[in-house]
Order: sequence, then structure tokens, then C-alpha cells
Amino acid sequence: MSDTSSSDAHDQKPPVEGKTSSWLHRLDTRYAPPVLITLILLAGHLSFGILESYKTILLTIGTSVLTELLLGRIVLGKWRNLSSAYITGISVSILIRSPMYWPYIVCAMISIASKYALRYRGRHTWNPSNFGVSWMLFTAPFSVAGLSIQWGNDLWPMLVIWLLGLFIVWRANRLHITVTYVVSFIVFSLLRSAITGDLFWAEVAPLTGPMYQLFVFFMITDPPTTVGTRKGRMLVAFFIAFVEFVLRLNQFIYAPFYALFLVGSVAKFLELRRNARPVETASAGA
Amino acid sequence: MKINRNTIILLGIRLFFLGLLVTPLIIRHFSTAGKRPSASDPREFAFRQFGFYLRDVAEEAGIHFVHQSPRLDPKLNHILPQIASMGASVSVVDYDRDGWNDLYFTSSRYGARNALYRNLGDGTFRDVAGEVGLADVNRPGTGVSMGAVWGDYDNDGYEDLFLYKWGRPELFHNDGGTGFTRVTEAAGFPAWVNANTAIWLDYNSDGNLDLFLGGYYPARFDLWHLKTTRIMPESFEYARNGGRNYLFENQGDGTFRDVTEQAGLSGTRWTLAAGAADLRGTGYPDLFVANDYGVDEYYLNEKGQHFLEAGAETNIGFAPKSGMNVSFGDVSNRGTFGIYVTNITENGVLMQGNNFWVPDDGNAHLRFANLAGQMGISLGGWSYGAQFGDLNNDGATDLYVANGFISARKGTSYWYDYSKVTGGNTAIISDANNWPDMRGRSQSGYQQNRIWLNDGTGRFQEVADLVGGTQRLDSRSVAMVDLRNRGVLDIVVANQNNRPLVYKNQVVSENHWIDFNLEGTRSNRSAIGAIVTVKWAGGVHSQVVSGGIGYCSQNQRRLHFGLGTASQVDQAVIRWPSGSVQTLDHPDPDTIHSVTESP
Repeated sequence: MSDTSSSDAHDQKPPVEGKTSSWLHRLDTRYAPPVLITLILLAGHLSFGILESYKTILLTIGTSVLTELLLGRIVLGKWRNLSSAYITGISVSILIRSPMYWPYIVCAMISIASKYALRYRGRHTWNPSNFGVSWMLFTAPFSVAGLSIQWGNDLWPMLVIWLLGLFIVWRANRLHITVTYVVSFIVFSLLRSAITGDLFWAEVAPLTGPMYQLFVFFMITDPPTTVGTRKGRMLVAFFIAFVEFVLRLNQFIYAPFYALFLVGSVAKFLELRRNARPVETASAGA
Repeated sequence: MKINRNTIILLGIRLFFLGLLVTPLIIRHFSTAGKRPSASDPREFAFRQFGFYLRDVAEEAGIHFVHQSPRLDPKLNHILPQIASMGASVSVVDYDRDGWNDLYFTSSRYGARNALYRNLGDGTFRDVAGEVGLADVNRPGTGVSMGAVWGDYDNDGYEDLFLYKWGRPELFHNDGGTGFTRVTEAAGFPAWVNANTAIWLDYNSDGNLDLFLGGYYPARFDLWHLKTTRIMPESFEYARNGGRNYLFENQGDGTFRDVTEQAGLSGTRWTLAAGAADLRGTGYPDLFVANDYGVDEYYLNEKGQHFLEAGAETNIGFAPKSGMNVSFGDVSNRGTFGIYVTNITENGVLMQGNNFWVPDDGNAHLRFANLAGQMGISLGGWSYGAQFGDLNNDGATDLYVANGFISARKGTSYWYDYSKVTGGNTAIISDANNWPDMRGRSQSGYQQNRIWLNDGTGRFQEVADLVGGTQRLDSRSVAMVDLRNRGVLDIVVANQNNRPLVYKNQVVSENHWIDFNLEGTRSNRSAIGAIVTVKWAGGVHSQVVSGGIGYCSQNQRRLHFGLGTASQVDQAVIRWPSGSVQTLDHPDPDTIHSVTESP
């Protein structure tokens, strides 16, 4: 996907490839992700009421936007494009569940602040909402759990979201990441099924749920936190699926988040190190 | 200079970030730091701090009942512990009208016997179920018990028994407190319902008790002889493929008519609990239905003609959870009821939180807000039954919540596999065959029940550890009952695959109380649906006589009010289901008042 919740991409020109005459290619890919996630949110809420309350989503979007504005101003001396903060806010409100309000605020702030605090050669290496959600799931299990709302488990909403998501990652030239990951997940599901003795359908079931829809379209495709080459991105997607496979064998419920947390950042770090070149500290966009 | 400034900014940002990272750990530290007994005698500490202490006296009371879970079709064996995870229930009745509360427990295996413990008045009980014909009710081919509710359906003064099962629902007529006669066929109930809740209510206020029966698995499934394994919910939170609900209208001649369709109650969600009370002052009881795998439902009673579902409009049916309990509590002493619904809370896995729906003040339209989090009664566990009651007679209603799903092998968890499947598509989740083998693993097992003490301002403190409530069984059904006519609420808890807990409650003596035993004349004789409001120096407190409340449970019929240190009651107002209102001025405290409806 052209962007998820990172803001580096918003401070860069979106990649334009191939023919540009089509109306599709004139779409500014910066706005496709926020539009898609808003559509998913609206569709999910209007059809299944996935928002437990409006307060939490307003809280996370508000916190993300405010944190982005303040940190962007302090660190970069300029007002940032807020579409990535908007996506982070929505992602956080969908991906974590808590009967209290503070986890939503803290998670949104951690997600945004991670872009400014955890940098290597002027770039952040973690997908922000992945970092925030993983951190909260790991350190605050007494107050926080992952997404539980299931979009009704129906076939049609799932297909619509998958088709829409695939179309947009294709538009953003990130389809190869999603496909690599999905194929790897399915293969590893077969392997897990053989190892655990559970049915293949049980192993592949998570892929049909909403958590993965957000994961494969919004997290693993994030340009600022993915590596630069097509082969590299596919390799990273494979390794994410592999680490997730290992974590799943050890019964980590939130295996995909932790796998991306581990693999994505290491891959980005290695690439930045290999391609070491002068980059202005804290100026290329947080 | 510029580099220094950037370095300082970066350092500041990193310190700020570090602060954010440790915030959850700091909150955890302070949220778990609580009062612990400093005295060597925990009872002394509990009396001093909280005004009461609980002691399990089941053995010395002679209550040796042990619940047995169902054994079902072998096709379900790989997940049997979770399928067969219900059926332990307790309901309170004074079946022989001797003035002492008796206890009825259900068991859930073919051949297992239910128990009716007659209160002998000296702190001991004797199982008389066999003698009165209420023990051998789990015969092969007829299904097994899930719960029971008592109500005087023929207004003869003796409480009759409706037994709901995964199987054939049964009605037993109480023959003057000496025995029971099975009258199921004459009553006209369906041949098979996989039910997990039933309540008596007089929905049309005609003076005859009607019956709401809630289905869980669809009735077409005989869970002992399955032709398919596609019996599971189609979704973890949006399932509508459960058993249908029923409303049976009492015809006044020992028969019941199925009026479900015309009443608008023909839902097929996975119903686990229901409660009825006149929540809007219309003179007719509204109906609240808690559903597993979906949203709860709030049915507005339209003058006894039919019901209108208003879950979405009232904010109650907004977020789908795993509703397993309905209980009504006036926790702020304002004379209005909040509705408590239990759900699932498992650290780091599922944070549904329990709900406490309180009507919004000043709102012309009936809207509810969930205040469970603010009041501190949200995070239970895998919660089932819950009951309100003033445990220390301080004038503020407290809350007991049963927890625990499957306590199998310690140190194991089925949660990973559970979450894997429940997140999947309908085709996967709805087929039991796709569910991974439990292999003896626990799931939300060994959980302690919650005892939340109301500080009088609507804030609750969890005190189970400190007042003797430390047992960790898979608790299901809870009933509040005064077992010794002392003006004190004892607690009885039915546990799955286990013995019940029978807590004797010892309360500090300086607090006062007042109780009411009601008997209807124009209203149904059990007075189910009557609301008593007591006004005293401590405020205004209302309670409703229920025909089954909580999860598969029924409290004592008598209403109990703690008064704190106040030694005078200004007034008690009784609103009968018939619509008549009766006022008692300055009723004596520390007394059980028997009140018959004015003709």
C-alpha cells in the first residue's frame, strides 16, 4: 500500500510508475489509504457496528493528530500533513480494545512519537501503529486486548474489502508484498496443520478475519518502513510470515504484529546501514 | 549551535517517548496496589474494613450436591469441555411455605439427579428432591437440566417449578408443599428446546404468570445424536443462528399459549439470560435479553400487547459482546434501576468488559450509558452470573460476580486456538469439526469470583480476597438468600462440575435492615414484577420481585434492604403489577414484613 500510518511518505512525492494518462493514475496515492481505511471503518460500522463507541475513535484520531502537530512543529519546525496521523488514529481505535480510555490515548501517542524518537539515519524504522499496538499488547495485557470484532464473519464483506484492498495495493505498486505474505501464510498454515494436527481451515482461519485485512493492506505495505527493492520487500514479507509461523507454533495470539515488529524494523535497519549515505538528521520527515 | 539545539530536542523527544513506554507499567503497578489485611485475623480485618465476612458452610450445612456436566455426541468430544460448560444452577424457593428459604440445584448429565435442599431452620439442609419428585429429571432421551425458576402459575399459594433443559422443558405443579406433579403435556410446551434461560413474568398484567424461554442451540439439534457438526455460531459477535426464544402466555387454566410471534420476541440469537422489570414506569415489565455471540436486546413492553426491540435506539444493542447475565440494581439509591450484563474479560486476549447500563438523566428519549468502567465493575473474568445485594447492610447495594470457564490442566490455555477459529469466516467457525482439539487444556479457568463493595457513591471496590471469597471454581449461577432469617444476605454459588459454595455471611451488628415478603391478590400471587421503594435517611432505594434473574438463577422472593446505622424507615411504597400502590409509613426496621396486596 502506498502508505499506512507513517508520515515519511507524505513528505515525499508519491511514486508514479508507468502510464500516467489514466484517471486512475492521476489519483494522488497519498489519499488512497486514508480514504480506504475510512471506507472500511464506515462499512464495518454501518453494517456491523464495529466501533464500540464514537468516543474512542475521536479520542485516538484527536490524540494522533495533536501529537503529530506538536512533535512535527517541535522537531521539524513545520506543520505536518495529517493524513498519516489520521490513519494511525483509526488503526489504533480498531486494533486495540479496552474498556478504559487511557490505553487509546497512550497507544496513539506512542505510535506517533515512535516516528520521532526511534530513528536511524534520519528515517524511522517501525511502522508506527504496529509499534504502538505491539507495545500495548505486550506491556498492558491487564487493560488491552486486540481486535475482537469480526465483521460478521460473512463472506461478502470480506470479499469486498479484499478486492478493494488488493486494488489499492496494486495501484500503489505494493501488491507483490501483500501477495507474497498471503501465499507464505497459506503455505505456513499447511505446515502448521501438519505439525499441530489441527485442520488446515483452523490454521488459515485468521487470514479471513478483519485483523488481517488491516495488517496486509495497511501495515506490511508501509513505504517508509519497507525496504527499497521489490525483491527485498518480497523477502521481508516472506520472513514476516515465517517469524509469525514460529510465533504461532508457540501460541502467540498477536503473532503477526510481533512478527512485523521484529522483522520489519531489522530489515529497514539493515538496508539503511547498507545504503549508508548522508541524510540530514531529523529533517527528511519524521 | 543548531546541532546542539537539535540534540536537545531529540533528547527531549526520547525522554518523552520513554515516559510513554513506561506508562502502562506504572498504571499496572498502581492499579494492583490495594489494601491487604494487616491484622493476623482476616475476619477481624474484614469486619473492621468492610463490615462483613463470608464463610463457606456447604459441608456443615449438609449440602453435598455435586454438579455433573453433560456428555454429548462423540463428534463433539474434541471440544466437549466448552460445549458442555453450562448447566450448574441454583434457584431459591420456600416450596413448603414454612418461612425458610430452600435451595434447588440442577445437574446436567443423563442419570444425574437434581437436588432440592429443604431448609431445616437450624442452619442445616436435607435433600428432599427424591421424595417430592424433582430429582430424577435427567432421563436419557429427555435432555438434561440447565436451570429452574419458581413461580406460582396457578395462584394457589405454592411455588411451582419450571425446569428448562437442553431437551424437553418441564413444568411441575406444587401440590401444597408436599410433592410435585409433572404437568408438562397439559401445559402445552414444545417437545424440545435447547434453552439456557427462563423467567416468569406477567407481561400483560392479567394476574397470571407468563413465561419467557430463551434458546441457545437451535431446537433441531439433539446434542446427543448429531447428524452434523455445523452447530456452532456463525460468528463470534454477530450470530443469529441460535435457538429461538419463546413467550408463553398463561391462559389461567393450567395451559400456556405460544404468543412469541405476535409479541415480537421471535429472535434466534444465542440467548443466555433474561430479566424483566418495569423500567419505565409504564405498569408493564420490559424485557432485557442477554445474548452470547452478539448484541443484547432490550424489549419495550407496549401495554401488554407486544414488545418493541429498542436495543439500538437505547444504546444497549450497539457493541456485540458475550452477554451472559441480566440483573437489576439501584446502586446509587435514586429509585431507578441499572442493568448489569456480564461478558468476557481475559487479560491480553479479549477485553469485552461487563456492562452496567444506567439511564441517562434528563434525556427525554430512553437512552442508556455503560458506566461499568467508571464504577469499577467492568473487569470480571469469564463472567457468568451476577447478583446485586447489600452484603453488609450499609444501605448501598453491592455486587457478586461469578467467574471461570474451564478449569482443566493448570498452566495451559486453549485461548490461542479459540481466537484462531473465532476470527475466521462463517464457514470455518460454524463447524465444530474445524475447532482444534482442546486436549485437556484450560480456558479462563481457576478464576476467582468478584465481590464488589459499593462505597455509597456508585464506586465499587473489589474485596473478594479480603472477605473470604477466594475459591477458584468454574462458577455459573449465583443467588442471594437469607438462609437463617437473620436479616442478612447469604450467597449461594452453583459451580460447573463441582460442589456449590454456600457462603454464610457474618455482618457487623450495628447496621439495620428491613425485609418484605409480598403476596399478590389482584396481581400474580408470587408478586413477581412488584417494585418496593424504601425511603429512609440513607436515600431512596428500589428493588423488584423477580421471577428469575442473573444467569440461570433465582434469588429469594423476599426483598432485603440494608439501612446502615439508620434505625428508622420513613416509608415503603409498593407498586404492584396490577397497578395498585400501597404505602407503609414508618415500617419497623430489623423486621421481615409480610404484605398482602390490598384487594
